[in-house]
Amino acid sequence: MFNVENMPDNTCDINLRDYDSEAKDHDYVDELSRIETKDADKFLNVGVDTHENGRAGTFIQKDKSVIHCKSCQDGVDLMGISQALEQYDRIGDYLWKNVSPDTDEFTNRAKEKPSGGYFIRAHAGVKVAHPLQSCLYIAKEGFSQNVHNLVIAEQDSELHIITGCATAPHLMSGMHVGISEFYIKKGAKVTFTMIHDWGEKIAVRPRTVIRVEEGGVLVSNYISLKPVGSLQMFPATYLDGKGAVARFNSVLVASKGCFLDVGSRVVLNAPGTRAEIISRGITTGGTIIARGDLIGKVSGVKAHLECKGLILNDGLMQAIPQLSGYVPGVEMSHEAAVGKIDQREIEYLMARGVDEEEAISTIVRGFLNVDIEGLPPKLKAKLDKIVSETQKDMM
Amino acid sequence: MLEIEELKVEVGDKEILKNVNMEIPDGETHILFGPNGSGKTSLMMTLMGFSGYKVTHGKIVFKGEDITYMPIHERARLGMGVLFQRPPTINGLKTRSMVEICGRGKAMDVETLAKQLNFSDFLDRDVNHNFSGGEIKRCELLQLTAQQPDMVLLDEPESGVDLESIALVGDTINALLHRGVKHSKGKPHKEANGTKSALVITHTGHILDYITADRGQVLYSGALCCSRNAREILKWIREYGYEECVRCSM
Repeated sequence: MFNVENMPDNTCDINLRDYDSEAKDHDYVDELSRIETKDADKFLNVGVDTHENGRAGTFIQKDKSVIHCKSCQDGVDLMGISQALEQYDRIGDYLWKNVSPDTDEFTNRAKEKPSGGYFIRAHAGVKVAHPLQSCLYIAKEGFSQNVHNLVIAEQDSELHIITGCATAPHLMSGMHVGISEFYIKKGAKVTFTMIHDWGEKIAVRPRTVIRVEEGGVLVSNYISLKPVGSLQMFPATYLDGKGAVARFNSVLVASKGCFLDVGSRVVLNAPGTRAEIISRGITTGGTIIARGDLIGKVSGVKAHLECKGLILNDGLMQAIPQLSGYVPGVEMSHEAAVGKIDQREIEYLMARGVDEEEAISTIVRGFLNVDIEGLPPKLKAKLDKIVSETQKDMM
Repeated sequence: MLEIEELKVEVGDKEILKNVNMEIPDGETHILFGPNGSGKTSLMMTLMGFSGYKVTHGKIVFKGEDITYMPIHERARLGMGVLFQRPPTINGLKTRSMVEICGRGKAMDVETLAKQLNFSDFLDRDVNHNFSGGEIKRCELLQLTAQQPDMVLLDEPESGVDLESIALVGDTINALLHRGVKHSKGKPHKEANGTKSALVITHTGHILDYITADRGQVLYSGALCCSRNAREILKWIREYGYEECVRCSM
């Protein structure tokens, strides 16, 4: 069970009473083409394509209302969590089984004042050809969106999920609490790409636990390039079955006023399990705390943690890598580096005829350009554009 | 092409180069020998304008222009190129993009260039990330082939290169220098004068089996102490060591 002792210190005070858990209902939209343009643009920024090109299904929640939900692939269930509670009689075997509502005030709030979330399940042996996309969107000023998401990949199935979280343009205040429980069963694979585009005053508190059985694979990508008020997350993954694998990539940018405390913990509980955490962060005046925690409980496990941080201008970049081996025969390593851009890299590019400013831009673009497995080309192109714009803003 | 006059250079507070004079005419390839720590790489870094190499006296003239205090990128644009011995990794920048950067808008077929260097499989990898010694050299040569400099500075182009690849490295350097050189049985001969110039640092002299040199020089403790036929110098160094070069020049 994920409990409060496992959490890093929360250094950002949030008064929950400042946020309202009530919001009006929004109309269901049958056709995604009818989504308002301003909303559709925000969705695309976080990887949700309202044209649904190359998508196996779409789930969109605005405030607390599911405004669109459709699975296009047989053997994949996609619905709101409320609907799943009614339709799926075994849901009690999964909900709140890995995250305790008593973990902290945010998990407690999600339990006491729930406002939806998604349920995604791939049936045994089903492999999705295209990603499913989901978007959790806050449109109401001061709203606290407290969702509970459940993802189940049954034996030998394969899921690819792109999930975006965003706020309406010009939203001044809001909070997102997201409880997510993942169950990756024997031989299953889940690729989970999460892109955040919150507002500058938004508080975000995801609470995630993932269980991976024998031969299961989790690939988790997290991208937060736009300003966010305060974000704190520390997903815990338990590799319980022999040969299970977890890979985490994160790319973070913190401008002035942003606070990002982002990390991952992986507990390697079975022989032959492997884990990799790769984190890249750039601060241009904000705070990034990049955590990584690898725990080897049995021999024959391999794990590596890499954390690189660039400080452009000022700000705080703190890398906290942690390795714990409980037995001989664990192979665990970490690499952390924090600082400014290496002058040798700048001059190397200049020696090819590039001026200093363009050399720095090229290095920053490359730094943010983490290769993400299975990313659809359109989203990749979009992300490249966002990286390029972010880099220009930083300069 | 390149003239170095009474060049003195400090790194930190230490004088690394002491009154170096050198001239490399158009189309000539010069070889620079010297033991570890003699200042060979420092001379190359100074010629390219890298930070940390402070010119305290003298000047560097390239294509008739004083470039002593010119920024690195302007020297590159003027036609100077360098093959680094230990270049940095640039995370997230693909080798393909780097080659295009080197081309600076020139029309070129990156795939074909890479194929010539047996480097196609590396184009979509980050520049120099986990490259072996030989792969680094081929990556550097690929960039220089795209850049097409008039004056090439090569820092130990053969180091870390296996025997099978060294001929490829030699051929590529000759192509860069627009020199048609056949290397058979380890004895190269020049077929045509090149149009470009080069300064080649070598520690072992192995590269001389694959490229032709017009002149050799020895740098010892930051000063040039010998200038003559490169193969003769190599023979002397192999037989008597660098001290003999110093003694002979005295």
